[in-house]
Amino acid sequence: MDSRWTARAHRDWLVLAIPYGWLLIFFLAPFALVLKISLSQSALRQPPYEPVFSWSDSFQSLLGKLSTLSLDSFGGLLSDSLYLESYISSVLIAAVSTIVTLLVAYPFALAIARSSPKIRPILLGLAIAPFWTSFLIRVYAWIAILKDEGLLNHFLLSIGVIDAPLGIFATNTAIVIGIVYSYLPFMLLPLYAAIEGQDPALLEAAADLGASPWRAFSRITLPLSARGIVAGSLLVFIPAVGEFVIPDLLGGSDTLMIGRTLWNDFFLNRDWPTASAAAIVLLILLVGPLLVYERVQLRDERQRA
Amino acid sequence: MRAGASIARTGALAAGFAFLYGPILLLVIYSFNASRLVAVWGGVSTRWYAALLQDAQLIASVRISLLVAMFSALIATFNGTLAAIALVRFGRFRTRTLFAGAIYAPLVMPEVILGLSLLLLFVALGIERGFWTIVAAHATFTMCFVTVIVQSRLVNFDRALEEAAMDLGAGPVRTFTAITLPLIHPAIAAGFLLAFTLSLDDLVIASFTAGPGSTTLPMRVYSQVRLGVSPEINAISTLMLAVVGIVLLSVAALSRRRAQ
Repeated sequence: MDSRWTARAHRDWLVLAIPYGWLLIFFLAPFALVLKISLSQSALRQPPYEPVFSWSDSFQSLLGKLSTLSLDSFGGLLSDSLYLESYISSVLIAAVSTIVTLLVAYPFALAIARSSPKIRPILLGLAIAPFWTSFLIRVYAWIAILKDEGLLNHFLLSIGVIDAPLGIFATNTAIVIGIVYSYLPFMLLPLYAAIEGQDPALLEAAADLGASPWRAFSRITLPLSARGIVAGSLLVFIPAVGEFVIPDLLGGSDTLMIGRTLWNDFFLNRDWPTASAAAIVLLILLVGPLLVYERVQLRDERQRA
Repeated sequence: MRAGASIARTGALAAGFAFLYGPILLLVIYSFNASRLVAVWGGVSTRWYAALLQDAQLIASVRISLLVAMFSALIATFNGTLAAIALVRFGRFRTRTLFAGAIYAPLVMPEVILGLSLLLLFVALGIERGFWTIVAAHATFTMCFVTVIVQSRLVNFDRALEEAAMDLGAGPVRTFTAITLPLIHPAIAAGFLLAFTLSLDDLVIASFTAGPGSTTLPMRVYSQVRLGVSPEINAISTLMLAVVGIVLLSVAALSRRRAQ
């Protein structure tokens, strides 16, 4: 018994150590690096940053170097109105998209949850299936629809509803459409779970007591699905703020979103410290929502356990 | 009253599915368009599919994408399953919050941040970017999805079965392979499939961590999409949709048969 116990403890240790080690190397260490490089001076060489610490630094010299750390990149972010405007417009676009996604997803989730139990899994599967197909392709599909010479305008012009193309493509409206379309499953799943788990007897009781369907919905179904609304909104909002592909393909050349600005600084301007500082600021921006989301996750996990 | 509710429900379902599938359907239809113009129908043609087969670069990137997805999904499934076991079975250990946080964060973290941080890691370590750096990056961002799926299965798992095996003299490894693994393997398979699909689909993280000669399919498609809508992209998109569709249908059929 004793030897088996130590053998188990030993193996148990590996079960944790392997994934933990992987995350330390490929997830946590890289963040330390982003922070480090955001604090270093931009220099025009390959890699385009002046290293602040090298791996062979002694502790003494590390302390010395700490005093030479530069906040230039962060200062640059503040003085550069491009970044400031990118942050503001990213948050606005993501917020509007999240609200629209919620408005589109709620009736859809409600309709699936209220269908007969037999076809519910099929409907849910069909609603989630597009999520398994390429994100890039789903965004690309909207280019052909929204362009001035695209399918939507062609159709509306030919039936005479409009005289001139709508000009949605390359605007923030197109980005919102793209985000709503791409992130719909993220909203749909938590909403469905929250609505489907409710006890139908509650609605029957409300009806027996004379509540109208609308009143029963607003007083029972909606409040009880609050957790689904919160989880779904965070799952859409957080990645949407840093979204790159959608603003790049559906937005105009004047569209400012932080993911795209960061990408351009990195690949086109090759200004790594500024891009790193931008990543840090983006992360700080998202820490609040991320913490809320993790708390929801951990609470779920604890409840299930 | 009930008829009204039923009509509203059907309407919501129809609108939802039209929104979800309409754009995809249009893309598929227009991949068979003989005309090069977006909105002009020039008759049915498969010429764009024939053109794809001539594109050696495209075929090379399909091969790279499939290999990256295979290796990264294997690593992610291994790490993700171990992480799920650790989270469910180990109770409260020190730095558990950090561990759980590092697992859940990539689920929602913007891809540009993950990509950027991994690129800086590879540059700092002096690792030349290429095939294996994409594999490592993909294995990292997909493992959390495996963990979440396997974890939900492990939580509903009757531990008495394992204890019984141990009491009957099975060692921990034997218990795991004979009892635990067969019971959680559908979740592991689902996790692997999701990791594989996510890797196959990723553009942003691959762009940061790829080197010359390791251009994945989404990177190739993206560089062409930026130039505008073209029938060739419609054709390659349709093929990718078809592959996903076939996989999804066969998984659905398999799980249905198992259920019966």
